[in-house]
Amino acid sequence: MADLKPEELIARTDFTPPRTGWMDTPTVIREGMFCYAAKPKSVATLGLPYPREWNPLDDDWKLPENWKEIIIEGMKDRLERFRTFKIFMDICVRCGACADKCHFFIGTGDPKNMPVVRAELLRSVYRNEFTKAGKILGKIAGARELTLDVLKEWWYYFFQCSECRRCSVFCPYGIDTAEITMMGRELLNLLGLNIDWIATPVANCYMTGNHMGIQPQAFVDMLDFFADEIEDTTGVRVHPTYNKKGADILFTTPSGDVFGDPGTYTAMGYMILFHYLKVKYGLDVTWSTFNSEGGNFGLFTSNEVMKRLNIKMYAEAKRLGVKWILGGECGHMWRAITQYMDTMNGPADFLEEPVNPITGTKFENAKSTKMVHIVEFTADLIKHNKLELDPSRNDNLKVTFHDSCNPARGMGMLDEPRYVIKKVCKHFYEMPRNCIREQTFCCGSGSGLNASEDMELRLSGGLPRANAVKYVQEKHGVNMLACICAIDRAVLPPLMGYWVPEVDVTGIHELVTNALIIPGEKEKTVNLRGEDILNKDEVGPEEYYTRPDFSGR
Amino acid sequence: MNEKYLYSLIAVIALFLVAYAGVEAAGLQWLFGIIIPYLAIITFIVGFVVRVKDWACSPVPFAIPTTCGQQESLPWIKPSKIDNPFSTGGVIIRMALEILLFRSLFRNTTCKINEGPRISYVWEKWLWLFSLAFHYSFLVVVVRHLRFFLEHVPVCFQILDKIDGFLQIGLPGVMLSGVVLLAAAIFLLLRRILISQVRYFSLAADFFPLFLIIGIAVSGIMMRYFTKVDIVGVKELTMGIVTFRPHIPDGIGAIFYVHVFFVSVLLAYFPFSKLMHLGGVFLSPTRNLRCNTRAHRHINPWNPKVKVHTYAEYEDDFREKMIGAGLPVEKEL
Ligand code: HEM
Ligand code: SF4
Ligand code: SF4
Repeated sequence: MADLKPEELIARTDFTPPRTGWMDTPTVIREGMFCYAAKPKSVATLGLPYPREWNPLDDDWKLPENWKEIIIEGMKDRLERFRTFKIFMDICVRCGACADKCHFFIGTGDPKNMPVVRAELLRSVYRNEFTKAGKILGKIAGARELTLDVLKEWWYYFFQCSECRRCSVFCPYGIDTAEITMMGRELLNLLGLNIDWIATPVANCYMTGNHMGIQPQAFVDMLDFFADEIEDTTGVRVHPTYNKKGADILFTTPSGDVFGDPGTYTAMGYMILFHYLKVKYGLDVTWSTFNSEGGNFGLFTSNEVMKRLNIKMYAEAKRLGVKWILGGECGHMWRAITQYMDTMNGPADFLEEPVNPITGTKFENAKSTKMVHIVEFTADLIKHNKLELDPSRNDNLKVTFHDSCNPARGMGMLDEPRYVIKKVCKHFYEMPRNCIREQTFCCGSGSGLNASEDMELRLSGGLPRANAVKYVQEKHGVNMLACICAIDRAVLPPLMGYWVPEVDVTGIHELVTNALIIPGEKEKTVNLRGEDILNKDEVGPEEYYTRPDFSGR
Repeated sequence: MNEKYLYSLIAVIALFLVAYAGVEAAGLQWLFGIIIPYLAIITFIVGFVVRVKDWACSPVPFAIPTTCGQQESLPWIKPSKIDNPFSTGGVIIRMALEILLFRSLFRNTTCKINEGPRISYVWEKWLWLFSLAFHYSFLVVVVRHLRFFLEHVPVCFQILDKIDGFLQIGLPGVMLSGVVLLAAAIFLLLRRILISQVRYFSLAADFFPLFLIIGIAVSGIMMRYFTKVDIVGVKELTMGIVTFRPHIPDGIGAIFYVHVFFVSVLLAYFPFSKLMHLGGVFLSPTRNLRCNTRAHRHINPWNPKVKVHTYAEYEDDFREKMIGAGLPVEKEL
């Protein structure tokens, strides 16, 4: 991909569809646009069917003899279990309102990436097998036989959808192509046709507690290493606790932030915040090595696998006897928590309805899941003046905010992150309205597509997001893209590097702790990244060094 | 590519010929005026009910509304009560706006890649506008037809007629609804044929109802303004149908039977086609559920039992290493 320049990539993007209809245009599986096949070991770890070595580029996918029957049975079963699936198969009028809403269509120009066509790939087989019109009229009614080529086409395009739900915002019936993709992936998993970038993290998470497969002792080592780094830049030693019974709160966040830059700075941010809350207010937050993953790649596999991974959160909270759970910055993790967790693994009646012990705020909106988002938590602390902040320490940054798909369209957390950013940074600029909030564009790598072998797909799909960042870069000199998702923190840096060089990526809690005045800290000259904190504005430090008001305690 | 609309167009022309010839040449008035309409109405009602019942009886395992605005969270953050409805009231307003005003479609934009590259998104109001015009004129036309089936026309329908005919052009006065319906249906058709993207994913099943509705509108307009159908005779026939004493009065032109045949085909076709979006839109789980899943547990009727990897098993796997790292364990070595 590095050999294809941005201008060349964009030049290939042409919205004119081919002359032949989509059913008559064969799909060619192309290098750079797909992720490698699931390794048999990972599929077997979860006891999922048909683990084997196979290669998407081979003619022979080593399918079981009766693969077709398995798929048709699987469809029937899901049509009976999911109203969404049934209705979305039946009522699309092909108005096309969703067509150019998909970042993968915009970035690749491939008409099979229009959400409506992506859904038709499956719908055509549905008509053929389950509707009278399809059975009688065949192709005229938009029906087609399930063949090996059709199956391969499904695989190719259901792993070119990041389940971002942008299309569903615009559909007059709310048809959610992400849901159709999820059904498609469940069906493919019945034949062992997962991608490795999903299957292996899932297996790791199942056995070691996190996607990265970090074992408990290594997890502790990594956080200790962060504590050293924090001591170097701030002069303060933080002491995270692990698997601590009787702590107030269990904290869980994606392991990606423990693993790679710039997510690591966000992880350090959490550690500093918890240290601060411990010394100032005596709040006891513990990390868990068993529940060391907030993310859930099971969501990209099947609802059952999602449940099998998610169950650890409540199990660990129960074992440790905490009051409630605090969740870190992550996108799909919050879709799973908001829309699936309580249904799957609740009710969590062994936990307390979450209350912020420092401010007294009751998190009414989370009274059943008993799980609070750290940005809600921090926003509440800031609102009640419980954090001493010096936003001028972020004066070197001109920040914009990328709404991650899942917190935006599967939760609606839009204003909390903006509130926090504005309280800790003085320079904040929004991207254009059609690219943020509920209309936000995906990073291009969501839903387990953040591998390296599909870089061309990721860079194409990330184009709309990158383009909007470029707009604020040119207009306002933005140099920092803030986000609340660990996958974003892993995938946006290469995306920015490709389309919008000079823009860096950060989590919100990195910004928060840059600004946070930690008791006993040395005079700060550099931030967590070791960068100089330059050109403080005229606002004198006194204004920010005023002690917060304690009256709320 | 054009085979799709050709098939549909040919099908509608064939339907026209069948009805026209059937009445003019074979004198099958009772077939096209009585039997087929009865069968069509039965198919429509039974088909519609079966379809909706089938949807309504299928479980909703997860509450997955698409949240299109700020969630209900901290007391000082203003929630978006309609686009991210926490309460039932909010859901009702959200659904009403969807159904009455096609709110999601109103958000429509078109995307363009310009020099630079600079991607632009421009508000696309035409699909929304013409869809709305199409559906409302269709509704008005349907309601106005009630005068053929009721002995006394209720006052509100008479008022509707007045509004509809306010232009007062010619004799008989032009009814706006029919003209708007035809214009909007032609717009939707042209859009499908001329915009290459839309043409690409359109099926024969998308053109067929449009041609059919255009056929209905054209035959209706013909009767009203050109061939001047015998209204008294028509009312005699329609009243016969609703009072279950069907009979065929003399002197009604063939074009009327064509019109009725088209409508019958539309009715019978309805439950088996995408036109069922009429029923489906009410049941769509991404729109009609409350966005309060963190505060109230949604129940999955088939919540599966799954195999899990427990903490105890995990500790068994890593006990030594955990103790080595100073982590607390449940069972010592
Ligand atoms: C109330 C009874 C309804 C009837 C009889 C009806 C009928 C139709 C028909 C016949 C079409 C075909 C147009 C085509 O094929 O292009 C259509 C299309 C459409 N309908 Fe409805 N509909 C109804 C309700 C709704 C509602 C409640 C909505 C909105 C939520 C809606 C939104 C649409 C849209 C967006 C199209 C697509 C236009 C196109 O195909 O270009 N309809 N409807
Ligand atoms: S917007 Fe909805 S109804 Fe229209 S084509 Fe897309 S999925 Fe179908
Ligand atoms: S969910 Fe997102 S990626 Fe998938 S089809 Fe819709 S817009 Fe495209």
